[in-house]
Amino acid sequence: MFKRLGEVGAAVAITVDGKPIRARVGDTVAVALLAAGIDHCRTTPVTGAPRAPYCLMGVCFDCLVTVDGVGSRQGCLVPVRDGMKIETQQGKREAGR
Amino acid sequence: MAASDYDVAVVGGGLVGVATAWGLAREGCRVVVLDEGDRAVRASRGNFALVWVQSKGLGLAPYAGWTIRSSNAWGGFAQTLKDETGLDVAFQRPGGFHLSLSERELEVRATNLKRLHNQPGIVDYRTEMMDRSQIAKMLPDIGPEVVGGSFCPLDGHVNSLRLFRTLHTANKARGVTYLPSHRVESITRDGDEFQLVTAHGTVSAGKVALAAGNANMRLAPMVGLEAPMKPERGQIVVTERLRPFLNHPVVTLRQTDEGTVMIGDSKEESTDPTGLTLGVSATEAERAVRMFPLLSRANVVRTWSAIRVMTQDGFPIYDESETHPGAFTVCCHSGVTLAANHALTVAPMIARGSLDKSLVAPFSARRFHVQEAG
Amino acid sequence: MNASYDVIVVGAGPAGLAAASVTARAGLSTLLLDENPGVGGQIYRGITSTPVSNRAILGEDYWVGTALAADAKTSGAEIVNGATVWSLDPERLVGVSIAGQARLIQAKRVIVATGSQERPFPIPGWTLPGVMTGGAAQTALKAYGMVPDGHTVLAGSGPLLWLLAAQLLRARVKLDAILDTTPRLNWVRALVGLPDFLLSPYFGKGLKLLREVRGKVPIFHAAHIEAVGTDRLTEVVFDGRRLPADLLLLHQGVVPNVNLAMAAGVAHEWNERQLCFQPVLDADFGSSVPGIAVAGDGAGIGGATAAAERGRIAGFAAVRALRPEASVPDTQALRQKLQREEMGRAFLDWLYRPAESFRRPTGDTVACRCEEVTAEQVRVTARMGCEGPNQMKAFLRCGMGPCQGRLCGLTVTELIAAEREVSPAEVGYYRLRPPVKPITLGELASLPIAEAERKAVER
Repeated sequence: MFKRLGEVGAAVAITVDGKPIRARVGDTVAVALLAAGIDHCRTTPVTGAPRAPYCLMGVCFDCLVTVDGVGSRQGCLVPVRDGMKIETQQGKREAGR
Repeated sequence: MAASDYDVAVVGGGLVGVATAWGLAREGCRVVVLDEGDRAVRASRGNFALVWVQSKGLGLAPYAGWTIRSSNAWGGFAQTLKDETGLDVAFQRPGGFHLSLSERELEVRATNLKRLHNQPGIVDYRTEMMDRSQIAKMLPDIGPEVVGGSFCPLDGHVNSLRLFRTLHTANKARGVTYLPSHRVESITRDGDEFQLVTAHGTVSAGKVALAAGNANMRLAPMVGLEAPMKPERGQIVVTERLRPFLNHPVVTLRQTDEGTVMIGDSKEESTDPTGLTLGVSATEAERAVRMFPLLSRANVVRTWSAIRVMTQDGFPIYDESETHPGAFTVCCHSGVTLAANHALTVAPMIARGSLDKSLVAPFSARRFHVQEAG
Repeated sequence: MNASYDVIVVGAGPAGLAAASVTARAGLSTLLLDENPGVGGQIYRGITSTPVSNRAILGEDYWVGTALAADAKTSGAEIVNGATVWSLDPERLVGVSIAGQARLIQAKRVIVATGSQERPFPIPGWTLPGVMTGGAAQTALKAYGMVPDGHTVLAGSGPLLWLLAAQLLRARVKLDAILDTTPRLNWVRALVGLPDFLLSPYFGKGLKLLREVRGKVPIFHAAHIEAVGTDRLTEVVFDGRRLPADLLLLHQGVVPNVNLAMAAGVAHEWNERQLCFQPVLDADFGSSVPGIAVAGDGAGIGGATAAAERGRIAGFAAVRALRPEASVPDTQALRQKLQREEMGRAFLDWLYRPAESFRRPTGDTVACRCEEVTAEQVRVTARMGCEGPNQMKAFLRCGMGPCQGRLCGLTVTELIAAEREVSPAEVGYYRLRPPVKPITLGELASLPIAEAERKAVER
């Protein structure tokens, strides 16, 4: 869906559902997912429909993902960090995660 | 009476009003529901959705029996609504808990239950005190601070917002006229009929059922009745949808069929439904996390405050007017728990034109005078 | 960070940056909070960190933000990014969450500069992965140097759509089509404002943008658009035509981000020209709640330059209130400048007023993305006698999800208005309460609790 204009910024290694992904310093989680061509970041808790980041400005809550074990974080507001573990969310969040 | 617009005008479009209206329509009455608008002070949008038995009746023993009657009728009531509308109000009666976070709280709980069940004339129903290990078998996610609590197998809950919508839907299908933004300003009796004056015109009806919550205080005297009220504010905290983790409702915390967790049961002396006391939400959250530590990281997506419909002694008021025959009050705090009674028991009485004293005499507002005299 | 400040400014876009600079430079202790990783708001998103080095791509208007950000940085204001404000009460107690820690901070004055968000664009299929807002693509470009890849279609109306198209073209992105949804008859109503528009800076800029885009991208007029695909977007269907698409970017203008101000109890009114709710404000952008001002696009859409000027005016008002002895420049000149900036706005508002069919959806089109409530459900329920959005919320759960009505509020209000055949002004909006952005139960539990508050719950 998206590509980078140039390879600016140092690489950051993160994983998405266990798979290694190269992100860039300054990326947010949502942007890193888009750059990696990841189709959707969650399925909805109501009908299970797939969703991907929609607004990238913190208002739509469609980019909710699990970051380092904490569910329902707004991916567009969380900057990536080396070693960050991101998981896509399936339906309702599990209590305690 | 045939000249009236309607057989019965129900004043109030909340749960008590629409449940009563539904019951009246089932009896073949031509019914109109007069309601306020979108921003009305509306307990039906702010309730906790329990169908609750334990604790009910301390101070007025017949209230326990009245509550159990509704609890027992609830399953059939929910099924009938589903048959009529296709909407499932998610009624469940798995038994519910009251959890204590200290030995002192547990002691208060045990004492209250003892007092309740020692009352003369109280209907016998089982509520048992449980220790921590017994509770943990049924609620495996309780935190270390839960020392014990009480359990009543008759307790349950519903999706009360869906109940609200379902009753409105069922009423529409049954031909009940619903008039929002029709706040009733005055009620007068003119010959055989009542004239209800609203900002959007006057409605006439053969009978009037006052189901306007705390506003009954204003309306009841217009038809020779009284409804002494003592409104109070409650706040609720709601989380995002979570996978099911809690199989029993707790009096202060329940997981809805949709997955959200509702946390509540605060009481403040306030009649401002727009305000919100953050420290009260914080206390509710703090206790919820102590009861179920796994909720600590759940996101709070909403809070709200609402004004409880509360009579001065907390018990329902069902009355018929002596000076204005055909005028009734249907007024209570527990509009969810008692919805089945209002629909299946009270509404038919109103349709017939008189209350069955053997069932509702203890709930007349006359009790307030007896107490004053005593 | 301290427990209290003279001034707390919420939002570090043009209005917030300008306001915080003014109050901090006047010696008021000033805290500027913003939830994004850097300052700039949405219009100057990534202004201090953008990887886009070719200045021509984003255009000179973008780089205006550099000076604003630098001015705020050296002003003495304490600027905290990654700070999500989730509560503001009428006593100006601000609830903020930083790195998973909630805290409450008291302010003597609060300037809400939470800006705007894109107007909901409810078309069939708009929840599919592959459908995003135009603003999202602009953010991806500005802040992260990322551009669309694959078949890309832009759809909608308004100046920002053409700016986005121009920026993407400058970055050598191939755009498959622009679907212009501007109702053709809008011209008629807009004409009254034409003289003012011709005199305003918008005229020259707009003309340049249109020239830049026309001829390079096929432009179609569209009265109906559908995003099609099963698990992701594969096609865009419009007015009987089909285009293969990997990305559909939707934009039909921006509207004030009202959640925080409404939750604080600030009175709002319907703006029929801009088709949105906006706060009722005095000449200094003071709201109906004493001590709380709303500046920037959150005060009504006026654009970036106007936002900065509104921020300054609100800032000077705070200085006059809290340090009467301080010398404050005459804001008359500033107000005149603001007026000039706002000139021509009426023309744009009428010209790009979005079509009813894209604001008031029908059938299975999703109105509330979070709770997946359809337009038809809202319409049917309105016909049942559900007169307003709060009763609608109770009946259908629309607006009850994590976005708290941001993506459905206007749609639900307009749908009820359509069914009732009244103005949205009469229908009203959701009642909003804290937290206006989710915080964890643990964070809420960590807040200070007074004895009376505890007693309200513990029995």
